[in-house]
Amino acid sequence: MTATKPVSERLPHTHWLERLAPHFVLIAYCIVALFPIVLIVMNSFKSRDGIFSAPFQPPTAETFSLIGYETVLGRANFPNYFLNSLIVTGVSLLLILFFGSMAAFALSQYHFRGDVIVGLFLALGIMVPIRLGTIGILRMIVSLNLANTLVALILVYIAQGLPLTVFILTQFYRQIPRELTDAAHMDGASEYRIYTLLTPLVRPAIGAIGIFTMIPIWNDLWFPLILAPSDQTATITLGTQQFLGQFVSDWNAVLAALTLAMVPILLMYILFSRQMVKSVTAGAVK
Amino acid sequence: MQTPNVHKSRSFPWHILIFLAPAVIVYTVFMIIPLIDSLRLSLYAITPDHQEVFNGLNNYVVLLTDPRWSAAFQNAFWNNVKFFIIHMVVQNSIGLLLASLLVAGGRARSVYRTLIFAPTVLSVVIIGFIWNLILSPLWGVGESILKAVGLGALFAPWLGLASSALTTLSLISVWQFIGIPMLLFYVALLGIPEELMEAARVDGAGGWTAFWRIKFPLILPTVGIVAILTFVGNFNAFDLIYTVKGAQAGPQFATDIMGTFFYRTFFGSQLQLGNQPMGATVAGMMLFIILAGVAVYLFFWQRRIATYDL
Repeated sequence: MTATKPVSERLPHTHWLERLAPHFVLIAYCIVALFPIVLIVMNSFKSRDGIFSAPFQPPTAETFSLIGYETVLGRANFPNYFLNSLIVTGVSLLLILFFGSMAAFALSQYHFRGDVIVGLFLALGIMVPIRLGTIGILRMIVSLNLANTLVALILVYIAQGLPLTVFILTQFYRQIPRELTDAAHMDGASEYRIYTLLTPLVRPAIGAIGIFTMIPIWNDLWFPLILAPSDQTATITLGTQQFLGQFVSDWNAVLAALTLAMVPILLMYILFSRQMVKSVTAGAVK
Repeated sequence: MQTPNVHKSRSFPWHILIFLAPAVIVYTVFMIIPLIDSLRLSLYAITPDHQEVFNGLNNYVVLLTDPRWSAAFQNAFWNNVKFFIIHMVVQNSIGLLLASLLVAGGRARSVYRTLIFAPTVLSVVIIGFIWNLILSPLWGVGESILKAVGLGALFAPWLGLASSALTTLSLISVWQFIGIPMLLFYVALLGIPEELMEAARVDGAGGWTAFWRIKFPLILPTVGIVAILTFVGNFNAFDLIYTVKGAQAGPQFATDIMGTFFYRTFFGSQLQLGNQPMGATVAGMMLFIILAGVAVYLFFWQRRIATYDL
């Protein structure tokens, strides 16, 4: 893909309509994709009258209102939900990347009895959804006295995130030239030292995996609902879901809650989107 | 596995064990053992005094043949099949269309890509509620939009009607996740060398012919990956239905799919008590369905299609 020029530059004789058609369709689809989100955010800053009388208008001096945000921040435990999500997602992600990179390093660098089996065993979880083991997980969490704790969620999310992480990172460690490891061995570096030397080289992959593992954990409803449904341990996804259920008729509060729940993840996405796509592209064209 | 002699002379490779242990232990304890335990439980019954007794394949027989269970199971299964077909047809074909347009999109393509992918990163809970509001006759936003394009007469409370609720929910899910097939197809299309398309044009192939005769066969591996990802994701779905319709998956179970059926069976709901062995049996069936899909992919699709080294 290195020397690909846009098709339009190579075919100067195509009709202008033909060249613009893709843009029309793409712009139209962007509107379809974004309109619902924009509509919600926009109306969250309006009074109830404004929401119902002119839903398509941006807030004006007359219709502007923060009443929904006041309700949400006043009654719901949103800061707490947010903190719970931050802890669960952050700790799970760190441990997934740490444990996953160690296992991938071992699978890529050493030949040992059963290495293929260990690799396949860990890869099993890529296709088999962890949700199917929910009853077993619930029974185990209850017997360990971990029901309604963030630890329960973290442990399950680590198990959920590891298979794909190990699978992808193994391929990236394999691409590191052998000479590098040999040189380190020659200098008397220990195996653990070599792990710390090679891991920075797979950093782009770690970044991408980080984003792709983080989003499903942050957004998950299933495990918080089943393993940690208490108000103290609710994550932002579960907390929003329960709040919305209770306040269905308070449109201001619902719109404000939706907006508050969307903002952090959209900000993260905008910050990292370039790297996310780049890593997918790099993986395929390598 | 042949181990080189060097390794034999060395002491036991503790470092390999240390590198592998944390991942293997957490994964085994919190994923593999619960899965096996759940499958084991599906072969047991729980007596009124809370004893587990071995029950053979009886739970599966009950789920498939006892009318009290089989009607609900078949309803959820066929709804799920419909959910999957709508994703395959609508999501993946629009995804492919958007991807092929993106490749021709010039400099603005990263902007389009970022914007179209945005709903995919949001939680299903948020998406479910947003559409619930937009389609609500109370707010009337959906109706006004349809009126603006002259289709006002078509509007109905789609999410509330048994005849249209499942299709509507499927399309909401399609709207949210279209970014994934788009991105995967886009990456695959980028990998096709421009020389190949050049050659096709010289031979007189138009855009349409060139796409279906040259590009599409080349991205067949990605088509397979997208199909299997959609399949596994759809037969494991739960959040959207639960958010919009609750555990009862109303109206009259018209939107019930395997995930909500599984949840209701083992966790219970207003109308029934939770039943762990039967829940485990539903999970066992879901595992069987997903593995059957994966097997079809591995043994029929991956073997049959020719892959070209580009």
